Amino acid sequence: MLLRHTTDKIIEREALTVNPAKTCQPVGAMYAALGIHGCLPHSHGSQGCCSYHRSVLTRHYKEPVMAATSSFTEGSSVFGGQANLLQAINTIFSVYNPDVIAVHSTCLSETIGDDLTQIIAKAKEEGNVPNGKYVFHANTPSYVGSHVTGYANMVTAMVKTFSMKSSTKKNQVNIISGWIEPADMREIKRIANQMMAKIVLFPDTSDVLDAPMTGKHEFYPKGGVTIPELISTGDSKFTIGLGPLCTLDACIKLENQCKIKFDSLELPIGIQATDAFITALSRAAGVQVPDSLTDERGRLIDIIADMQKYLYGKRVALFGDPDTLVPLTEFLVALDMKPVYIVTGTPDKTFEDRMASILSAKVPEAKYKAGERADIFLLHQWIKQQGVDLLIGNTYGKYIARDENIPFVRLGFPILDRVGHSYFPMVGYAGAMNLVTKILDAIMDKIDREVPEEKVELVM
Amino acid sequence: MKTKVTMDPERWKAEVLTKYPSKVAKKRAKSIVVNEGDEVKQIQANIRTIPGIITQRGCTYAGCKGVVLGPTRDIINLVHGPIGCSFYAWLTRRNQTLPPTPDSPNFMMYAFSTDMQDSNIVFGGEIKLKQAIREAFEIFKPKNIGIFSTCPVGLIGDDVHAVAREMKAELGINIFGFSCEGYKGVSQSAGHHIANNGVFKHVVGLNDTPVEGKFKVNLLGEYNIGGDAFEIERIFEKIGITLISTFSGNSTIDSFEQSHHADLNMIMCHRSINYLAEMMETKFGIPWIKVNFIGADATAKSLRKIAQYFGDAGLATKVEEVIAEEMAFVAKELEPIKARTQDKTAMLFVGGSRAHHYQELFNELGMKTLSAGYEFGHRDDYEGRRVIPTIQIDADSRNIEEIHVEADPTRYKPRKTEAELKALEAQGLQFSEYEGMMTEMGKGALVIDDISHYEMEKLVEIYQPDVFCAGIKEKYCVQKMGIPLKQLHSYDYGGPYAGFEGAVNFYKDIDMIVSTSIWKMVKAPWQKESVIEAEYAL
Repeated sequence: MLLRHTTDKIIEREALTVNPAKTCQPVGAMYAALGIHGCLPHSHGSQGCCSYHRSVLTRHYKEPVMAATSSFTEGSSVFGGQANLLQAINTIFSVYNPDVIAVHSTCLSETIGDDLTQIIAKAKEEGNVPNGKYVFHANTPSYVGSHVTGYANMVTAMVKTFSMKSSTKKNQVNIISGWIEPADMREIKRIANQMMAKIVLFPDTSDVLDAPMTGKHEFYPKGGVTIPELISTGDSKFTIGLGPLCTLDACIKLENQCKIKFDSLELPIGIQATDAFITALSRAAGVQVPDSLTDERGRLIDIIADMQKYLYGKRVALFGDPDTLVPLTEFLVALDMKPVYIVTGTPDKTFEDRMASILSAKVPEAKYKAGERADIFLLHQWIKQQGVDLLIGNTYGKYIARDENIPFVRLGFPILDRVGHSYFPMVGYAGAMNLVTKILDAIMDKIDREVPEEKVELVM
Repeated sequence: MKTKVTMDPERWKAEVLTKYPSKVAKKRAKSIVVNEGDEVKQIQANIRTIPGIITQRGCTYAGCKGVVLGPTRDIINLVHGPIGCSFYAWLTRRNQTLPPTPDSPNFMMYAFSTDMQDSNIVFGGEIKLKQAIREAFEIFKPKNIGIFSTCPVGLIGDDVHAVAREMKAELGINIFGFSCEGYKGVSQSAGHHIANNGVFKHVVGLNDTPVEGKFKVNLLGEYNIGGDAFEIERIFEKIGITLISTFSGNSTIDSFEQSHHADLNMIMCHRSINYLAEMMETKFGIPWIKVNFIGADATAKSLRKIAQYFGDAGLATKVEEVIAEEMAFVAKELEPIKARTQDKTAMLFVGGSRAHHYQELFNELGMKTLSAGYEFGHRDDYEGRRVIPTIQIDADSRNIEEIHVEADPTRYKPRKTEAELKALEAQGLQFSEYEGMMTEMGKGALVIDDISHYEMEKLVEIYQPDVFCAGIKEKYCVQKMGIPLKQLHSYDYGGPYAGFEGAVNFYKDIDMIVSTSIWKMVKAPWQKESVIEAEYAL
């Protein structure tokens, strides 16, 4: 057994986290910043942070992930990191020439209290930020929240830095994207395009973290929201935030800063959440929903109806981020599956309520937990107490899946051992079709593998 | 089509440096050296990376927890800090391990963290750390717990060593801490040193129960990535060499505790583990030699060194028998592959020893190493240990503890007399010596320490090697340029590459890399101008 020390005997823990279902803020900030065109993320801390974040993002995307670091040493930790950041800004513009540097802090620079606003102002004063170039920052202390918080903080910093109200309103809708894959961001743009709704999507990592092989390494790939687009978000007529934990702060900031009303929605994963998104976008942009999308929805419903036998009543354990887990749980319930165990390491005050509203009537036995020590170890212990038919989560779930022989669908961050997640969406009706196909494949492959020979079915 | 350009390396260096701000250029100039054939030039290494430079390097914590302590299965490695540090070091180094029974302890699949919150940063994290240790003990019943400090721990003044002592007394198991905050040094290297010190102080020599065996050795600096240690174990077993402990691959704290019974320490990765070998020699009288099991010839050479050291005729015969048998297999496998790899070129930028060791395998494939460098090496890893007395100790090195070690009053036992050592040296067996990478590299090769992303792209662009070796962060940048990159940290999830069977695995993987069809399909037919022109000409 890989996880041979995990038993069904749960001992209450107050301090120890085992096999976390979250990581720290800065990696989220780095990922979000990559969704700006021509942006180099910069980690203000010791080298390891940047190295680890680049590594995990690279393993997840199998794509170049460029980012720089302030390379703190003991001296900078004692005397402050100002000199490091000033030198970094100078070096980066000379050597790597980005349009924007998006600085995020770390537990190190936060603990010593480096004032990024002041340091960046000083860099500008000293003429180290070339004309027409930008340096901005988000505070992302690793000891608060999780990677999701870091993403949210960076997205909010984008609004704070760039969104500007001019005298002319623009006939466009802002869509602030929660933490989803490049394929999902591409899918959201496709849906908006089909609806003929003009949108500004940010951040947008499509064509950044799924760049084609061309024989040339584009240090700044062609994708990403541009700075003029980001500035123009202050003139949009409405904002839709997808995934409240990642985007609600940014929506509020944009409303306060530029007086733009907003809807905060769940990520459009599954039927109801996609319905809600398309309805909201149709209303906000003043456009009709085209038949093509209604047909997509119909095809999704059709698949589910056809394959109900393999889904109905199946027990599911899942872990990941709240913004993904909530609509996913709702989708699983719509499939008549039973999401019985759910954990996220990300603290989220609304998690219990959001889950209860989905689960209390249909799956009253469900256990769910968010925040400290809501870890994959606890999830596994629950599974040991009573088994499940399906596990959904990031790659770290594979050890449980193997030990317990549970069909496993990889979804979330990071996925280190398969490809596809960055190319095939999980949002929208098309994404839901991908998702339900993956679930069915996992469940049905196990049936095919394990059913007695005389019971093997050709047609299923 | 690739067009190979020959550019004088000195000119390459001059052109690359023009891109940097002048102060940066001045610093980088000392870390880029065009190798002379016979005389080794001085290279600047193990100094701070310039902020803003995109570096391969990681942090001290990564070197301590991830590299040295990570691959040992019977210890709970508890990371004291915010969640990220524990998360990123969770199973990402591919250290394989094989517990002898289904019940043997193996915590390597688990990540343990105190998940410090802002209140712990403000009010201190010691109470939470103690509680976490108690819970880890209650749930998992480990015999050993290691505590690893992350950046904020040192800053807020949590004393992990005091906590370790207190909890050791309370729980009655071995508990020890490491002050391996990420900012402690200029790279992972500082963390290796801190880990060496901790393992030496708290583990080595704890168990005096004698170990059976005629030829008892330890292997140091072998991390069982992709199963390398398994292959080396296979060869040792075949020969009849008793491997007490590997620091640290497929390893246990139990075996470390008995490692002082070995009669020879063999160092693979000099950079990460030489401190431990030095300390063990001083305290217990175990001599150390540098070995290399990367490359079939290098493996054979290293095995002969062991035979030479023990001076036993039976062992020497057995070693020759095994070498003959294994080399016949290697030669058979190599021959057809070499026809495809001969005269191809490689570049290696990785680690503190791999960029050197893997040149052996490329040599065997008939490939030439055009350029190489370490991510976290010191001058001695480039120029040889003879330069150690001349290395300037700067502030970044000074804050790593140097343990004062003395001969153990009862257990110090020189394995060889002075005369025996002299005689062995006269026969060419070098003790406590490492010649470094540069002595073995050709004239005109570019040696670059702590290569920056910019320099890497320029190397690839100008020299177009057939294969570039580095790590995950570099992999897809280089591949986007149409050049295959072989990861030498993770082996691209292949391996083992050590020993004889490992060498064959490596030959096959490089053969695959230089023969892969997809690289020829990067351009679509309509992107190939000549084709379109020809059409129009018709």
